[in-house]
Amino acid sequence: MDMQIALLLGQDGLTNGAIYALLALALVLVFAVTRVIFIPQGEFVAFGALTLVSLQAGKLPGTLWLLLALGTLIALIDGALALRNRQFRRGLWIVSVYCVLPLLLAGTLFAIPAATLPLPLQVGLALMLVVPLGPMIYRLAYQPIAEASVLVLLIVSVAVHVTLMGIGLLFFGAEGSRTLPFSDVSFSLGDALLQGQAVLVVVTSVLLIMALYFFFERTIYGKALRATAMNRTGARLMGISGTLAGMLSFTLAATIGAFSGILISPITTIYYDSGFLIGLKGFVGAIIGGLASYPVAAAGAILVGLLESYSSFWASAFKEVIVFTLIIPVLLWRSLKTHHVEEE
Amino acid sequence: MKHAAHTTTVLLLFITALALAPLLLPEFYITLLNYIGLYAIVALGLVLLTGVGGLTSFGQAAFVGLGAYTSAYLTTVHGVSPWLTLPAGLLATALIALSIGIVTLRLSGHFLPLGTIAWGISLYYLFGNLEALGGHTGISGIPSLQVLDLEIKSGRAFFYLIWVVLLVFVLATRNLLDSREGRAIRALRGGSLMAEAMGVNTPRAKIVIFTIAALYASVSGWLYAHLQRFVNPTPFSLTQGIEYLFMGVVGGVAHVWGAIIGAGLITILKQWLQDWLPKLFGQSGNFEVIVFGLLMIFVLHRARDGVWPIITRWWPQRPTQARVVVEAAPLARRPMPKPGSLLLEIKDATKRFGGLVANERVSFSVMAGEVMALIGPNGAGKSTMFNGISGVDPLTSGTVIFRGQRVESLPARDIARLGMSRTFQHVRLLAGMSVIENVAIGAHLRGNKSFIAAACRTDRKEEARLLREAAAQIERCGLAEQMYEAAGSLPLGKQRIVEIARALAADPCLLLLDEPAAGLRYMEKQALADLLRRLRDEGIGILLVEHDMDFVMGLADRVLVMEFGRKLAAGLPEEIQRNPAVVEAYLGGVE
Repeated sequence: MDMQIALLLGQDGLTNGAIYALLALALVLVFAVTRVIFIPQGEFVAFGALTLVSLQAGKLPGTLWLLLALGTLIALIDGALALRNRQFRRGLWIVSVYCVLPLLLAGTLFAIPAATLPLPLQVGLALMLVVPLGPMIYRLAYQPIAEASVLVLLIVSVAVHVTLMGIGLLFFGAEGSRTLPFSDVSFSLGDALLQGQAVLVVVTSVLLIMALYFFFERTIYGKALRATAMNRTGARLMGISGTLAGMLSFTLAATIGAFSGILISPITTIYYDSGFLIGLKGFVGAIIGGLASYPVAAAGAILVGLLESYSSFWASAFKEVIVFTLIIPVLLWRSLKTHHVEEE
Repeated sequence: MKHAAHTTTVLLLFITALALAPLLLPEFYITLLNYIGLYAIVALGLVLLTGVGGLTSFGQAAFVGLGAYTSAYLTTVHGVSPWLTLPAGLLATALIALSIGIVTLRLSGHFLPLGTIAWGISLYYLFGNLEALGGHTGISGIPSLQVLDLEIKSGRAFFYLIWVVLLVFVLATRNLLDSREGRAIRALRGGSLMAEAMGVNTPRAKIVIFTIAALYASVSGWLYAHLQRFVNPTPFSLTQGIEYLFMGVVGGVAHVWGAIIGAGLITILKQWLQDWLPKLFGQSGNFEVIVFGLLMIFVLHRARDGVWPIITRWWPQRPTQARVVVEAAPLARRPMPKPGSLLLEIKDATKRFGGLVANERVSFSVMAGEVMALIGPNGAGKSTMFNGISGVDPLTSGTVIFRGQRVESLPARDIARLGMSRTFQHVRLLAGMSVIENVAIGAHLRGNKSFIAAACRTDRKEEARLLREAAAQIERCGLAEQMYEAAGSLPLGKQRIVEIARALAADPCLLLLDEPAAGLRYMEKQALADLLRRLRDEGIGILLVEHDMDFVMGLADRVLVMEFGRKLAAGLPEEIQRNPAVVEAYLGGVE
């Protein structure tokens, strides 16, 4: 391996690592706030990327139907509840948020040919289609059993994951796709060529992480989420709704997931099931941080990206084996570090 | 007893139907039943792991693959007999399961499933990329099984093999659950704290059930390899691993028969969906996962116990009375220390939770044959002190000397072994288990029969002795009439007494009682006080936390008062009652 290849692999590893780091942060966030191990995170990556692909190809993305279906379902459930409690204004609000907004979005998509729009608007549309699925899924799959054990929530996560993966296959088919690159710029750094897209991924990830930091440190909702993560009961007593905290954390996770997918889709071919492996690599990072520490999780995720990149050079067939086997020494190390008795 | 006979009839009918099935059914259904059997063997392991032990694994398919590939490789490349590859596969599985278990099981419960997801993926890619294992094309030409001259080749012949193995495993699992080690496993769900305090080595119990579940899966894989006579990586992927868990959860993960029901339902449903969904959607693909996923979410929301309990509603369950405690030799008792000798000595016990000091340099002692009461306002640090002494939540600093041995850094189970037993302020019983089974957990350390002995029922003599001991302690505590009732159905005061009986079943020389009289009526308190006096006269030392002052002052030989984590006063009950500092702590000062 010469310097040039090493740099190239390093660049690759850092690019992927930055994405894994974003996902790892979202996973830690969701787990801290809701105790849900968010396996379906990867599906948001795939949905984000493939929705943008559909929009650019001038097709109606399947995620629109999912959005309409889930929205209607929630409107029916919560609307009926509001009617029974004679909260008509609330009922109206629910219907407008969960039904009218998605319908307006659908109308826009039918009216305007998305393929001709400039890229930022396409990205915006894709996010508007995919991100609301996060809180909707929280409302339908997790919120009714929010007090269940971590184990039950994990099994639900896996169930949501396989459901979404099946739906992804139905919507987007088995073929992989790429989106158009955001920029064709490239820089040369010594002998190596820096791809503009790779730089964009890393820079955007760093910006997003900084935005998250700002959100948690400076905004009231960010503080509410942190409070819920620290002590659920205490936060509830202070008037922070557990449901709101859950939906908010799922919105953040879905945004991060979908945006990550959009970021990497010009450089990686995305299939309906690619998200799962990408999400799991974020997980390995998150586990390095013990599902608790944000900086360690991010560092761990970048390590996973680099390990993957360099192992694909030496033993490309075994790169997944190497990355996922890494979890065993990591768990061993964590196991030796902890010495607390687990209790409810 | 009539109900028990009813259950047996259903079981016999089921077995007869199975025996006749290959003679009557067409080939297609035999194949389907073969797969249901193979899947049910794996799901049975998950019943033990998830339903009973409260752990879970998504990597069972990888263990199936390990069993299948070990046999496929050894028989085709090295010409080893399939009967030798079975133990080889089991050995490989056991080694891997043990190592995954050891690295994850000391961590919180969700690290094991996450570890198994990673392991499931990594083994799948390993199978697919190793040249020696045929890569993604797999290995073909695996020999069939032979018993003497008889070749088990046809699906019908294999049917008997698979279902006999399955039924033997079901029986062994049921036997195991109904034993000393089985109770220890079932205690895992109640939180490891109580189990550890009763002397159960909970990490070991977890590793054992994880390994058993992996071994079941490995056997299923071995059978699969020789039924199909061809293996490739696909059936051992993570997706299949997830499907196994679905089978367990849908069928009813807390019941051995739930595994068979779940495997049957999911397999038949899958067959049906694979026919219909592609037609419905106009394209081909594994769309059945959408339905499975939704079904799973529905089951976990609405019927978390799965289908099996719904089925059993159709016929009455065997009541627990069916079990009669037979006459058995009493268990050996430990030699008691001499009354008045030093039993427990605490020096400078300090416990910090972050910045909060819950116990600060508290020192006291307990003698054999005395009742020492620990009193103080709420938040004084009494229960924290109990947790520190019993090793459940070790002290930050200070020493605990129990029977001349320093124990402050020993795990709770080792302290229990030395003869210390306790009850909990917040009752920790297994609500669904009968009183006698709960109490028998207390006697865990007085037996030594292994998992294997339990599965083969060679532990019955010891089991009878343990149950006899449990029954004796229940009678002694005045709960003979509730012996076979579910512990959770008792009023809270009685549940506290069950906790005392459980602690006594350990044959302790020091008893730690955390608010035993709370929730008892006057007469019951009298009976409890009488019981504690009798125990004291037998030479047992009792350390008691209690808020009922009449109860404490009438019973205690000495009293220690704590406030804000510190020792406020100590002495005879009369002295304490007159102590102005104590009066002020309890009633507030005079303004």
